[in-house]
Amino acid sequence: MKEMSRIVKTVTNFVYGFIIIFGFYIIAHGHLTPGGGFQGGAVVGSAFALLLVSYGSLNSTKFLKKDIFSLFESFGLILFIVLGFSGLGITFFYNFLANSGGWFGNAAVIGVNPGDMNTGGVIPLMNIAVGLEVLSAFGVIVLTMASGAEFTKKKEKS
Amino acid sequence: MIGNLPYVAVVIFIGLGIYTLMFKKNLIKIAIGVVLIENGVNLFLITLGYRKGAIAPIYTQAPSGQAMVLPTPQALTLTSIVIGIATTALILSVAMMIYKHYGTLDTDEVRRLKG
Amino acid sequence: MNLSNHIPILIIAIPLLAAFLVPLIGRINKEATGILATLALSVSLILTIALAVKILTVGPQVYVFGATSPSLTLPSGLKFPVRIMFQIDAMGIFMGLITAVVSFVGAIYSLMFMKQNSGLDKYYSLLLLLTVGVFGMEFTGDIFNFFVFLEIASIASVALISFRGIDLGEPAEAGFKYMVVSSISALVVLFAIGIFYGQYDLLNFAALASVIKYSQLDKIALGLLIPVLAMKAGAVPMHMWTPDAYSEAPAPITMMLVAASQASLYALFRVVFSLYNISLNALTVGWIIIIFGLLSMFIGVTMAIIQKDIKRLMAYHAVSQTGYMFLGVGVGLAVLANPEALKDYGITAMEGGIFHIMNHAMYKGLLFLTAGALFFRSGTRDLNKMGGLAHYMKYTTIFFIIGAAAIAGLPPFNGFASKLLIYESVYKFNPLLSIVAMVVSILTLASFVKVFHSAFLGPKLPQFKEVKEVPRSMVFAMAVLSCIIIFFGLFPDLIVKNLVHPAVMSLIEQLQYTGTVLGGM
Repeated sequence: MKEMSRIVKTVTNFVYGFIIIFGFYIIAHGHLTPGGGFQGGAVVGSAFALLLVSYGSLNSTKFLKKDIFSLFESFGLILFIVLGFSGLGITFFYNFLANSGGWFGNAAVIGVNPGDMNTGGVIPLMNIAVGLEVLSAFGVIVLTMASGAEFTKKKEKS
Repeated sequence: MIGNLPYVAVVIFIGLGIYTLMFKKNLIKIAIGVVLIENGVNLFLITLGYRKGAIAPIYTQAPSGQAMVLPTPQALTLTSIVIGIATTALILSVAMMIYKHYGTLDTDEVRRLKG
Repeated sequence: MNLSNHIPILIIAIPLLAAFLVPLIGRINKEATGILATLALSVSLILTIALAVKILTVGPQVYVFGATSPSLTLPSGLKFPVRIMFQIDAMGIFMGLITAVVSFVGAIYSLMFMKQNSGLDKYYSLLLLLTVGVFGMEFTGDIFNFFVFLEIASIASVALISFRGIDLGEPAEAGFKYMVVSSISALVVLFAIGIFYGQYDLLNFAALASVIKYSQLDKIALGLLIPVLAMKAGAVPMHMWTPDAYSEAPAPITMMLVAASQASLYALFRVVFSLYNISLNALTVGWIIIIFGLLSMFIGVTMAIIQKDIKRLMAYHAVSQTGYMFLGVGVGLAVLANPEALKDYGITAMEGGIFHIMNHAMYKGLLFLTAGALFFRSGTRDLNKMGGLAHYMKYTTIFFIIGAAAIAGLPPFNGFASKLLIYESVYKFNPLLSIVAMVVSILTLASFVKVFHSAFLGPKLPQFKEVKEVPRSMVFAMAVLSCIIIFFGLFPDLIVKNLVHPAVMSLIEQLQYTGTVLGGM
């Protein structure tokens, strides 16, 4: 995949940081506003796709590495399943942090409320784990398909 | 106000998806057919939850005293969209593997397993 | 913390944790991935046997996710369950035992069979995910959760079928066909779930079973669900994906694909018996299932006789044997509304059909493993090129003879027991069906005699001079299945009385299914 023109690269340099921050905002506020783990992860993944398309697949492998994405994906998955296991004293996936006063432990308000980020228990942590996993998975998928396109173009030329 | 229009759209989506799946010969077009059917079914699930004159089911800073649409179909549709992404990524990867091996995406020429 | 309450979820959570740990461990040491997978699946097998003993003595078990106690289905006075739950009765644990044995044997066989391939950490991770998907399909009590596990199993099995597609073109083509077929079937299942939700606002199997009325929309949902679940199980005329997918996958994966198809068959029986039960028109729906069975039996075996590829031949036989299961349970369904016919031959027909599910998984798994062993040593799957391999591979020959005798229905093996139950009871329903079943059995024996003659008998061929016996882990895997086949064949009464009859009764009695969740309402 060839790189695009200088205008596109300059705009990408401005914009991709905002896209990644916006994606993390959607992940972190998943228990109050629409969004959550998968949606935010998909937004951050689209930032990686933007970088790949505008810089070309040969240049972007200098700063987007498949190994690191694969490592983060494993971390996200293991964090999710460990959070499931840690409620096993009562049942699997039990929300042991809700209404308890620790992390994310404020009591949930029933009905219309202005929204307190500190509620929710295990749910925001699971959102973060899923978001980490989804953004790394998008990175791996997009990079693998780009390198597959490189291989077929070499075969077409020869 | 909306009436039965979303259900008509669902039927059109699924019909077009089945047409594409049955009659097109390019592997990528077959993948697009699968995605069309999946979009039709997702639209069907979301439309089931609609109640007339209701707002989105979010309690944070919501206007008080209003009815809300059902939130469960929204959770079901979200799960279905995630599964759809995994399916699409896998179908396209397998199509890329076939192209890498045979050099063409036409099903008539790729087909080796018969009988 | 009483760990025995949490066994239902540990059976699924331990392979899931291992599936997520395998890529990390694969970075450090390649060999350890297979060992971790085998350990996780062996723990699963032990827990499944423990759960089976508990269910057959105490009663059906329920596990509610995220509640304050594992069996609290109706929290604080609600009239219907709100949380996702697992509901395991005798039929569910019957299928769970099949899956546990098959996946454990598959993992042991893969230790040596896949040793030369690269990317093994992804292979074991996908194998564990496929096991999790099939277990989830069999244990769940929530209809949308069933859809999610069905898709997990489909996606994992597509990736495994195309595993050898990096160098060859045919596995990728088989994987594409299978992905399109399973996507369509899963989306139609989701459409039917949408129809149920829109009418009754419930997603739990037991809660739906207690409020369902056989309205026009319910008939549409039933008409959508039966062909699509039969398509995933490989019934004719929707069987076209079966020969391609089963022949191009690696041998241990084919064994697990058979288990996955049977999980769809279990879902079909669960929908027809526990969800609808007597409210549907039992005679019509029963005859539809019987017609699926007849077509599958006959077309499967006639297409199998002419094949040259050994795994494609066995895949067509898998289609044909699935027809027996459809036939047995279809006869049971057709007489469901008629109590004395049910007691006379209906229950026996269902026992034959359901016992055949377990027997088929065992002997078809053994046959696919022997075909894999032949491919591993001789490098080909074409019957015209093989010959005289019995001189070099003695253990494989013995296991193949056991498997072929079991599938043809010869007496001291388990195929005879379940086929005899089906012949006797179907004869009382309609003699013609029983005669077709017996003719199909004779044709099955004929085609396996042909395979045995081409592959094993004959003089020693020069191109196979260096062929030795297969490695010990593969022989161990095949030996485990052979022992189960011989044990079931020698003591069928024990198995039918303790495992199969409770499974059949838990399918027929809908009130027991709903009473476990709704508390006797």
